[in-house]
Amino acid sequence: MSWDEAIDTIAAEVKRIGEQYGPESRYVNYASGQSWGLHGGKNAARKLLALTGGYLNYRNDYSSGAGNVATPYTYGTNNSGSSFDSLLHSKYIILWGQNPSEMIFSTPYREYLMQAKKNGAKIIVIDPRYTDTAIAFADEWIPILPTTDNAMMDAMGYVIVTENLHDQAFLDQYCIGFDGNHLPKGVLKEESIKSYLLGEKDGVVKTPEWAEKICRVPAEKIREIAREYAKAKPAALIQGWAAQRQAYGEQFMRGGAQLACLTGNVGKLGGWAAGTGYWSRSDIVYPFSYDNPIKASIPCFLWTKAVEQGTEMTVEDGLQGTDKLSTNIKCIFNMAGNMLINQHSDINKTIKLLEDESKVEFIVVSDLFMTPSAKFADILLPGTTFFERYDIGVPWCFGDYVVFGDKTIDPLYECRDEYDVFAELAGKLGVKEKFTEGKTTLDLVRESVERTKKELDPNFPTFEEFRKMGVYHFKFDAPLVGFKEQIDDLQNHPFETPSGKIELFSKALWDMNRHDEIPAIAKYIPSWEGPEDPLNEKFPLQLISWHYKRRCHSTYDNQPWLEEVAKQEIWINPKDAEKRGISDGDRVQVMNDRGSLNIFVKVTPRIIPGVVGIPQGAWYTPDKAGLDQRGSINVLTSQRPTPLAKANPQLTNLVEVKKA
Amino acid sequence: MVQLGFYINQSLCTGCKACSVSCKDKNNLHVGINFRRVYSFEEGNFIQQPSSGIVQNVKAFYFSIACNHCAQPKCTQSCPVGAISKDKDNGVVTIDQEVCQGTQLCVKACPYGAPQYNKKVFKSDKCDFCIDLQEKGEEPVCVSTCPMRAIEYGPIRELRKKYGNVSQIKGMPSDSLTHPNIVITPHRDAKMIQ
Ligand code: SF4
Ligand code: SF4
Repeated sequence: MSWDEAIDTIAAEVKRIGEQYGPESRYVNYASGQSWGLHGGKNAARKLLALTGGYLNYRNDYSSGAGNVATPYTYGTNNSGSSFDSLLHSKYIILWGQNPSEMIFSTPYREYLMQAKKNGAKIIVIDPRYTDTAIAFADEWIPILPTTDNAMMDAMGYVIVTENLHDQAFLDQYCIGFDGNHLPKGVLKEESIKSYLLGEKDGVVKTPEWAEKICRVPAEKIREIAREYAKAKPAALIQGWAAQRQAYGEQFMRGGAQLACLTGNVGKLGGWAAGTGYWSRSDIVYPFSYDNPIKASIPCFLWTKAVEQGTEMTVEDGLQGTDKLSTNIKCIFNMAGNMLINQHSDINKTIKLLEDESKVEFIVVSDLFMTPSAKFADILLPGTTFFERYDIGVPWCFGDYVVFGDKTIDPLYECRDEYDVFAELAGKLGVKEKFTEGKTTLDLVRESVERTKKELDPNFPTFEEFRKMGVYHFKFDAPLVGFKEQIDDLQNHPFETPSGKIELFSKALWDMNRHDEIPAIAKYIPSWEGPEDPLNEKFPLQLISWHYKRRCHSTYDNQPWLEEVAKQEIWINPKDAEKRGISDGDRVQVMNDRGSLNIFVKVTPRIIPGVVGIPQGAWYTPDKAGLDQRGSINVLTSQRPTPLAKANPQLTNLVEVKKA
Repeated sequence: MVQLGFYINQSLCTGCKACSVSCKDKNNLHVGINFRRVYSFEEGNFIQQPSSGIVQNVKAFYFSIACNHCAQPKCTQSCPVGAISKDKDNGVVTIDQEVCQGTQLCVKACPYGAPQYNKKVFKSDKCDFCIDLQEKGEEPVCVSTCPMRAIEYGPIRELRKKYGNVSQIKGMPSDSLTHPNIVITPHRDAKMIQ
């Protein structure tokens, strides 16, 4: 197909579907293959649709979806982090489900962690796997069963409170909900955190012995860590996001924040507020903008629901901006992303949905590779690498620098940058001038640089200087400490919560009146497909995934050198392997009621018994019978969302493993 | 002669294998051939207590190694056609690709697995310390790539002065075999039991 024909077809379909079903039928799928620049394909598609009637919005992401919604109920914002140089002042660091050795969580983070260790900080890693982070950084590894983190957190809280190690003054001054004297009006005293920990209402005292039976961390170990964390001031409890990609991930995020408040580690240099942990102080201006006339939005994880039953979705499903959608999704743009098939939960279910042409009528994909998602495109556009276009690179996920993305070669063969493709499409639909505003991508870079210098940072280099330097480092005199302003002067800098304080007890959550799944304080909630689910008689192993060091999500899974570096294989503990007659290097079949896959096995003591792990991101590779032969974990994951955020629970799975 | 050597701060190594991949890139090596290799080690057991908690004694580490440009290399002696030589100025051991006949005797002789046999060209080759880059004043690629800055290089006497004399860790062949020009700061779990 020629570019002309592709552009004509897309223009005609976008128009037809918009007219036939209304703009809410058009959707640009979540994607992260080309994000964080000035003008990614996702934004180009959105701008085109915005200029021609609009599109259905999504909110949130697949990375920290539960946390993004939960943490603001505690702190009023997700910016609960501090710059990582603050760790040089920490005496004790708990990395809870966080693994900066195997994934990038800000480029210089590891360096600061290394320095912190040199400075004498003790580092604890809590994780079902003995991660590469545990190898390089940890003084101690605490293995724990997935989905049970909050049981350990509750017990730590119990130890801290009953041994009088909590910071009562901090709790009194800054927080709502610690004890009966600090609850919102109309809420009974026994709803407080203290009362919950002491079991005053439910009769369950949250002792370490109680938690040990659930999470498998020995009671004495829980006591020891609780005491050390509470006594070593300042101490940083930093949460990864894996443990919030769980059935009740909201509790994990609020639970960590609760411990940080119990110990008064919020707003202090070398402490850490926990929660989602975003921070930012090195912004640039993004000149490529648009305004979508459609205000309706869905949680990004529920896009398959919006395809199937969009018109039936309600506020309960996280629908916002409208009471009711006028149509299901009929047209999808999937730009530089693999969420269409590979990275979304329950691949088998999604395939059925996409194969039904009466549902989604038109799919456009842009990518560099023939990914599993690209195979579902009606029109597949060959995109460009960042070597073939101008842009500004912004670090994932934090970092005090930006990179000049200079175009080093013209696009190869017939590949084209999405900006140019959508500009041409805009021409076909009569909105070219509005789309480009007369600018090329190089103009966008120039404008961003000039406006950043003028509006945000007078020290920012000029365009020519920046181009020559390649990288610009923002300079700061001192670390950024999350919530320092609020803690130093609450009167003039209240938290952005309804009460202006830290809401360990959230009245807003309480008023939702779904206390079993959406409690007002962070709690352990036994998880579906967790260790206490009766389903484990049939599927006795908990399955988790992790970001593999050899690829970025699913990007470069097709690289043989990287397969050599780190093979796609499932981790299983020798005890579990022996029971099943499985040896290292075997092919095994992993299954549950949603699907089944074949994969090589690594038998290793680096994972806790009862748990298996598959690195996420392998490309779904079905054989003739439709059985995945590569180990794409989402064959086994569930589309059931978390209760509050409607986020992805992709690390909550029960499976059985047997020799293939 | 100023003998060159590597320093590996193994205590920092996260096992990312960037050193190994950048070496492949520089030397254009296909899958299966690795002039720099990253080995992993893991051991340990789990015991479930009567109270149901799990205790463990797991130990694990990674170790990156290329060629140690040994003081008494086994490879040079093993080669029947004299393809392997040790430079008299810097002590770097190289395999002359013109001379190599692919007997693979060096592969068997080297206790460290450094020489790699290439089935496509019937020859063995290995780390040459990026001597071409060094001549231009640049670092070997593994050194410049390591995100943990866990690899250094230089005159071995200086490295030993700075970092000590450890040249053997748990699982490694005895350093008395070839007297490797490597200095290691071992990972906490990799130290030799004295
Ligand atoms: S490490 Fe092996 S190949 Fe290298 S010099 Fe020593 S014996 Fe020879
Ligand atoms: S690059 Fe550095 S940290 Fe990574 S494996 Fe090699 S030596 Fe270890």
